[in-house]
Amino acid sequence: MIHEFKKVWKPYTIGLVWLLGLLWPLLGIHPDGTLSFGKTFTVWFYIAVSASFCLLLYVMNKSGRLDVVSRPFTGFREAIKQASGKLPVWIWILILLLFALCYPQFTNRYAQDVATNVLIYICLGLGLNVVVGLAGMLDLGYIAFYGVGAYTYALMNLHFGMSFWVCLPIAALLAMTAGCIIGYPTLRMRGDYLAIVTLGFGEIVRILLNNWMALTNGPNGLLGIKAPSLLIPVFDGGFSFEVFYLKKLQYLYYVALALALITVIAVRNLNFSRIGRAWEAIREDETAAELMGVNTFLLKLLAYAMGAIFAGLAGAFFAARMRFVSPESFTFLESAMVLSMVVLGGMGSIPGIILGAAALIVLPEVFREFESYRMLAFGMAMVVMMLFRPEGLIPAKRVGGRSEEKGG
Amino acid sequence: MDYFIQQLINGITLGGLYALIALGYTMVYGVIQLINFAHGELFAAGGYVGVILLSYFAGLGYMETYPILCLAAAFALTMGYCAFLAMAVEKVAYKPLRRQSRLAALLSALGVSIFLSNGLMLTQGVYDKAYPSELFQGGIDIGMITIGYLQMMIVGMTIFLLVGLNILVFKTKIGMAMRATAQDKIMSSLVSISSNRIISLTFAIGAGLAAAAGIMVGLYYGSVRYDMGFLPGIKAFAAAVLGGIGNITGAMLGGLIIGMVEIFGAGYISGQYKDVFAFIILISVLYFKPTGIMGENIDDTRV
Repeated sequence: MIHEFKKVWKPYTIGLVWLLGLLWPLLGIHPDGTLSFGKTFTVWFYIAVSASFCLLLYVMNKSGRLDVVSRPFTGFREAIKQASGKLPVWIWILILLLFALCYPQFTNRYAQDVATNVLIYICLGLGLNVVVGLAGMLDLGYIAFYGVGAYTYALMNLHFGMSFWVCLPIAALLAMTAGCIIGYPTLRMRGDYLAIVTLGFGEIVRILLNNWMALTNGPNGLLGIKAPSLLIPVFDGGFSFEVFYLKKLQYLYYVALALALITVIAVRNLNFSRIGRAWEAIREDETAAELMGVNTFLLKLLAYAMGAIFAGLAGAFFAARMRFVSPESFTFLESAMVLSMVVLGGMGSIPGIILGAAALIVLPEVFREFESYRMLAFGMAMVVMMLFRPEGLIPAKRVGGRSEEKGG
Repeated sequence: MDYFIQQLINGITLGGLYALIALGYTMVYGVIQLINFAHGELFAAGGYVGVILLSYFAGLGYMETYPILCLAAAFALTMGYCAFLAMAVEKVAYKPLRRQSRLAALLSALGVSIFLSNGLMLTQGVYDKAYPSELFQGGIDIGMITIGYLQMMIVGMTIFLLVGLNILVFKTKIGMAMRATAQDKIMSSLVSISSNRIISLTFAIGAGLAAAAGIMVGLYYGSVRYDMGFLPGIKAFAAAVLGGIGNITGAMLGGLIIGMVEIFGAGYISGQYKDVFAFIILISVLYFKPTGIMGENIDDTRV
């Protein structure tokens, strides 16, 4: 243990001193021309204590002192793994599905709200997964399609009174068109050029939504969007249909669940189809894929369009659920959020992304008491996650390493 | 015509600031092929440390007696602070990921960006922080055109920093080592250039330039906010890409173009959409020349 500690104490101490140096100017210099040290030291002391605790755990783990505690855990995990291996996968899926179906029966409004959020983000994450995880194109403006979908339903509903179910395909179609418009000029670019252009498009869409007062009502947003409705046959005194609005959270949850299921099935089928394999070929080596007869231009455009469709669907649902849309919901931070779900969960892996979406939505809700520290912790968690498990929570099975990355 | 020249002057001022920020992106990208998303936050941190120091000097009463000295001290200290901040960020969040996929490093950078902007918010508050405004009031009137002293200071400082950077990169041994590391890390380490030290240095220089830009933006607009790093950050990144990412001269040119486009777009077309013009120019330039104005052909294997 001492040996392990010797290896790390030096960078650790330098890091803490460095932190103190960086913290003090922000906390200790006051505009009235005075300097203070008390507050800085308190804050620094808390950080230092918790960091030391983490260091101690790390060192103990490295030197094997934690085996007493961790061995039963490992054994437990192995046992679960073995037990779960005995049942076929479809039974697990069935259990999960049953749980998802029963979920609103034994939870309150708040939990349902969070769950609906998770389902929306599963749609978004899986859609982005098509672009980033399968086709390997880094898209930083993905949330723009979500915005297009949301505003499509909002405007169609407000101006023409069209119902949610009619607007859903229209929203998907418009988002797809937007995807093609954005995709077409960017297809010639690669790598980081693509990243900044998609980021630029995302910002353009947000600024348009913000400034086009006549159409979108600017930063005030659009109010009074109707919830999804069902036509229910009524039999009293003849036969007629009654419009029934799915305003209750419980019903909305089921709509979201249906959307998420459709997305999961669609992305899974795409992934294991000829198209999915072609996308993966493009991701691994575009030139080689083209040489093997993959129509890279068309398939990359298709990846964009497919990704946009799922975002459009999720967007339309978002508008129907909130019954209010404003450009605030479609900022770059949201794009970053969806991207981190994809990468944290494991690129190209559907269960991984579902888990990633759930983790990134639920964890901040759990720590709601620490409201102001939430995003700070989120940023830190992202870095820590990348440092210790960069391949994601549940890595995809079919992803091969690139030769370039292995070489470093 | 007067209006045009006035806009031109404003455009040069803003373009110079974008160029300073863009250099940090382009230099880091040139050395380790990483989009340093936290760079915009380093710029914001520069603005904040600048306002803290300047108000401290004002509180001591030195601002009236030695304004130039105070400003110089604030610049030097802030640039140093941000350089140390950037080196810490590099050591903690990027260095362990150098062998991982580039997306992992990118996400780590996003995380750092969120962390830093929220850290600024927690320590400095959510509201705008006003710069001491007595500095560089007034200006020279030539006919209908006004050139503020502040603008002259900003342009002068920008030119000074850009020339200094050019000398550093193209005329000194350190610059040679940086260029060598950017070209081939393995080869340069074989001729005993410590690539870790060069990467740290690159981050430090880039952050120092961004910090200077942060103070000048604070002085120019009168206040700073914790989230002010985001938009200038992505516009400066756009400038770096426009000029051809990895190319220092390209970044300067790109920054100038983006600044000009923004000012002229706001002046002649629409002020509301000023943020859009920069991206439209970027997209149309990249459509016809996908590697930027001065960029070389990028490697096919890069994701």
